[in-house]
Amino acid sequence: MGSLIHDPRDRGGLQQPMLIARDLRKHFLVKGSGGKSVKAVDGVSFTVGKGETLGVVGESGCGKSTLARLLLHLLKPDTGELVFDGDPVGIVPGIAVDALRRQVQMVFQDSYSSLNPRMPVRDSVAFGPFVQGKKKDEARHIARELLAKVGLDPGVFGPRYPHELSGGQKQRVNIARALATGPRMVILDEPVSALDKSVEAQVLNLLRALKRQFNLTYVFISHDLNVVQYISDRVLVMYLGRVVEIGPIGAIFERPLHPYTRALLASRPSMDPARRIQEPPITGDPPNPIDPPSGCRFHTRCPFAEEVCTTTDPKLGNWQGPQSHVAACHMHDPLSGHSRAASV
Amino acid sequence: MTLTEVRDLRVRFVTREATVHAVNGVSFTVQPGEVLCILGESGSGKSVTLRALMRLLPPRSTRIEGEVRIDGHDVLAMRPQALRDLRGGLAAMIFQEPMTALDPVYTVGQQIGEAVRRHTGCGSHAARERALELLELVRIPSPERRLAAYPHELSGGLRQRAMIAMALSCNPRLLLADEPTTALDATVQVQVLILLRRLQRELGMGMIFVTHDLGVASEIADTIAVMYAGRIVESGPVAQILSAPEHPYTAGLLASTVHGQPRDRDIDAIPGSPPDLRRLAQGCSFAPRCPRRMADCRVVVPQPRFPAPGRMAACHGVADGLPAPEVTRMPTVSEPSSTTSAR
Repeated sequence: MGSLIHDPRDRGGLQQPMLIARDLRKHFLVKGSGGKSVKAVDGVSFTVGKGETLGVVGESGCGKSTLARLLLHLLKPDTGELVFDGDPVGIVPGIAVDALRRQVQMVFQDSYSSLNPRMPVRDSVAFGPFVQGKKKDEARHIARELLAKVGLDPGVFGPRYPHELSGGQKQRVNIARALATGPRMVILDEPVSALDKSVEAQVLNLLRALKRQFNLTYVFISHDLNVVQYISDRVLVMYLGRVVEIGPIGAIFERPLHPYTRALLASRPSMDPARRIQEPPITGDPPNPIDPPSGCRFHTRCPFAEEVCTTTDPKLGNWQGPQSHVAACHMHDPLSGHSRAASV
Repeated sequence: MTLTEVRDLRVRFVTREATVHAVNGVSFTVQPGEVLCILGESGSGKSVTLRALMRLLPPRSTRIEGEVRIDGHDVLAMRPQALRDLRGGLAAMIFQEPMTALDPVYTVGQQIGEAVRRHTGCGSHAARERALELLELVRIPSPERRLAAYPHELSGGLRQRAMIAMALSCNPRLLLADEPTTALDATVQVQVLILLRRLQRELGMGMIFVTHDLGVASEIADTIAVMYAGRIVESGPVAQILSAPEHPYTAGLLASTVHGQPRDRDIDAIPGSPPDLRRLAQGCSFAPRCPRRMADCRVVVPQPRFPAPGRMAACHGVADGLPAPEVTRMPTVSEPSSTTSAR
């Protein structure tokens, strides 16, 4: 769990989660399909505690990037509620969206396209504080300090343009830019996925150091379970727009409950040629999110699927507790009627 | 007989602004039925090496030197006609992005059939039969229906299987794979890796598999060649490379790959970033980032050393245990334009 340093910006106290997402939903209409929609995020609820890192994992199309954008109101959710440090987002009385964005910032996967190619990177970093009311000199000062904090000499790298930097250096600039407005929480959407392994390790170390230094809370989105295991305190596993499992990192990796989580874990390469994976843990690709399967969305690939799984949507259970470990699976609901439910 | 032999391969890209030294003297061999993984980060020259084997690089701006022999044929001397016979015939290639490697306006069946007809000269009915057989071979469910599907109608995993089917259509003896699982989801990646492993074994193909992912290499490789700045810095059997790397770059790569490290400690990252291939410095390219750097490293390019049987490391700090392995020269097939008839 996170450090217990008192932060003057804290409003709700340590027990109040930094962020509560309740039943978030975002569907995208598909043109020319006769009113069909992609159910990118379909009823997602979770909490992020103060000072913790919540990892979000899932395969492409599971809605994890849409979720990231919903958390910052870069996309407006169709339904659902966001509560930031006790204040509902976007409604009165509560916290306005622009005030939320001062406290929550984001780092994207593509380090190049998220920087302005016509701006020296020091100006990109200074832009946020300047727009939010700081004097030009002050904003520049912040930019220099932050570039130094992310390991880039401001005198050398500050005047450069994005195309003059390597992928790892650009991602450092993006991290500096995200921190320039003094956020309390940072959403990291696949921040190291486009980087080479040797650079990935550098950026992960940097993110850990900055979290301590600035007392940050992270939502860390990734498809790489090894990275998530290293950096997260808790994990949320998504499949086709739904949360299938959420829990503390140790519990998820040692005692995964949902068959999908187990398959994801078993699909990780062994790093040992003597213990190669002999049989695929699950077959097939994730289904199309336009027409997700009925009932439990995983039933088309699940080795334990039964009648009840095709008809009834499994419930997630108590997701609110900071230590609770729950899965949306009929096998873990004694009343579901699944033949394995009793034995679990 | 050695299936593929590459000797002192050098590739430069020459433009008005700069010359990029992408590959700087790469040598390796692949035996029939062997899987060689070329492991490296972006810009290490691994994909360029692979493409040079089939001469898939833009001819006007590329300068290739050295020797490439596939099944005895001198690839770098081949005329265009012989090269077309080679590609997809004796040697086939699969790519990272099946969506861009497949033609979006033809069905999967048409594309596989075209390759079959081009190389065997059979009729369209026989070609369709063969395409169906191939889709079954790569375990695409309901293959009849998928023959008529366009690439965009298939999921990522099925598209990759379709591309593998096309590559296998004319029984290549050498399969070149350029990060074929990188764009896939984890649960799909492992399915494709297991499929490739099985097909490679059953068909007895040699395979050169390019990847940046140590985990993927550990799942599929017999031998690994680690590339850095256009050179092979270390090679050897997969288990030995992963458990006891000799070259400091390989060791650094292993340590910096996240897999179950303690959560309360920093990962041992390699400091700095890879060199600029437009201005290759003197000496060992890894020297500026190397923890075991010595005075010599900045001056002299390290020559291959052979610390144990089957192992090579190009590093001044590695003990030179064995003499260089004897290279058996391959007999050259005299007429490079006769590849089709030679098969």
